[in-house]
Amino acid sequence: MSLHKLTAHEAHELLVKKEVSSYELTEAVFKRIDEVEDKVKAFVTITREAALEKAKAVDDKIKAGEQVKPLMGIPMVLKDNMCAQGVKTTCSSKILHNFVPPYNATVVEKLQEAGAIVVGKANMDEFAMGSSTETSAFAQTRNPWNTDCVPGGSSGGSAASVAADQGFYSLGSDTGGSIRQPASFCGVVGLKPTYGRVSRYGLIAFASSLDQIGPFAKDVEDCAQIMNVISGHDFRDSTSADVPVPDYTSFLNQDIKGLRVGIPKEYFVDGMDPEVEKSIRQAIAKLEELGAVCEEATLPHTEYALPVYYLIAPAEASSNLARYDGVRYGYRAEGAEDLLTMYKKSRSEGFGSEVKRRIMLGTYALSSGYYDAYYLKALKVRTLIKQDFDQAFEKFDVLVSPTAPSPAFRFGEKVDDPIQMYLSDIFTMSVNLAGIPGISIPCGLVNGLPVGLQLMGKHFDEGTLLKVAHAFEQSAGYYRNKPNL
Amino acid sequence: MITKKDVEHVALLARLELTEEEKEKYTQQLNNILEYADMLKKLDTENIQPTAHPLPINNVFRSDEAKPGVSNEAALANAPSKEEGYFRVPKIV
Repeated sequence: MSLHKLTAHEAHELLVKKEVSSYELTEAVFKRIDEVEDKVKAFVTITREAALEKAKAVDDKIKAGEQVKPLMGIPMVLKDNMCAQGVKTTCSSKILHNFVPPYNATVVEKLQEAGAIVVGKANMDEFAMGSSTETSAFAQTRNPWNTDCVPGGSSGGSAASVAADQGFYSLGSDTGGSIRQPASFCGVVGLKPTYGRVSRYGLIAFASSLDQIGPFAKDVEDCAQIMNVISGHDFRDSTSADVPVPDYTSFLNQDIKGLRVGIPKEYFVDGMDPEVEKSIRQAIAKLEELGAVCEEATLPHTEYALPVYYLIAPAEASSNLARYDGVRYGYRAEGAEDLLTMYKKSRSEGFGSEVKRRIMLGTYALSSGYYDAYYLKALKVRTLIKQDFDQAFEKFDVLVSPTAPSPAFRFGEKVDDPIQMYLSDIFTMSVNLAGIPGISIPCGLVNGLPVGLQLMGKHFDEGTLLKVAHAFEQSAGYYRNKPNL
Repeated sequence: MITKKDVEHVALLARLELTEEEKEKYTQQLNNILEYADMLKKLDTENIQPTAHPLPINNVFRSDEAKPGVSNEAALANAPSKEEGYFRVPKIV
């Protein structure tokens, strides 16, 4: 039996029936990693020994009669911007190449309590700045569906590892689309929860008012199980929301008859791949077939999302990344005679070019004389973008769109043209600006590459997204597609 | 319009040391991005409140109680240079 191909809930059933052990599941995943990692390069760090040891400990608990919780004993992957105590956490940057956190992120703590097995840390765009994982200082992760193509980004390693069955699920982070866009490119389910739904404590910050941790899963049911474990208020993250967490699995296998689905007309624009549009239109037809009422919606300020995002995110980043100074951790340049030179050399040698570009842009937008014209203006337009969603959700339960304007692109295609690269997140970044949840689910293949359908929901209404996503998935069946590696 | 001199000033604020090539490249790329951002000027935002944060959370308080933190040893474990329980840096003035 090819254990690595199972979903987490299928593996869980076998654990409950004692037909398989956590050790066997973990070994199967490492065997798969040994087979395909040369081609995929999803990982920065693989934690084989610790994982196998943990699996044995879980098996002992199960043998001793402990109840098998949903994610207990199941191998998974963490994006390399989440702190795991004693495990190198690099953000795929030279400046953190040797950083070993002295503490666990809250999500890591919650996963440990749930009995999860961490098999490794996934490659990403440096400091999550990018849409293709090409800005990683360490490796180019390849798309399991076509290794000449990027996996998307910034959580490219998290998405690729799940698509390649190198883990049953993974966590990523999403600041402007960094979970949903790679989920779309790699043909897996990716959910960006509401801002504040999941604690950011121990997530290395990029843009603090936009960042959110979320799951990559092989199907919607797994996604719901992972959300049950990672969601909730945390006193260590004052921006995490004190809002009750429902049992997300209660939204599975539900009827979507009469559900009001809005199709924002601004998301069907010139320049979108016509084959992608066809897939999305078919998906919408499927939702109608399932009883949903689909109508045109409008989000009038959509075209402003990109410039707003590319002022706010770099501004917050330039502030967050000021801490990398070569004093307390990370890379320090050799031979500087004084402190200022040491700062400048460490940062210039430690950061890659996309990170420096965004620090420069953000510092400029916040600098004296330009603050009002750029940063404050962007915050005001952010209000308008948020209001668009508030108004749309008075009429609709969810909004539906493509996740990205094209399937996965080739290496090098966009890396030298920042604006072209930024445009690959055009359909996802408004969701972060408004703080609402969004999910990408597979809805077909174009030239052998996956296409993702994005559903956007009201604040803290991940449940409805999962309900629609599950109904669509079970009826359309695209999640059964697997890449040929 | 950003000049090379602006780029040099911003680089100093950001504590970055750029090569001549980088200065040229960033001058051009920042201008492209900001030109794109100029479309925001089309919108009248005179009476619009800025959104700095997506949720209406203000002044989050907790009780002022001591809790276990990171030990001196653990805090210094990642330091590129340390001495007698402190971070060591090159001379400041």
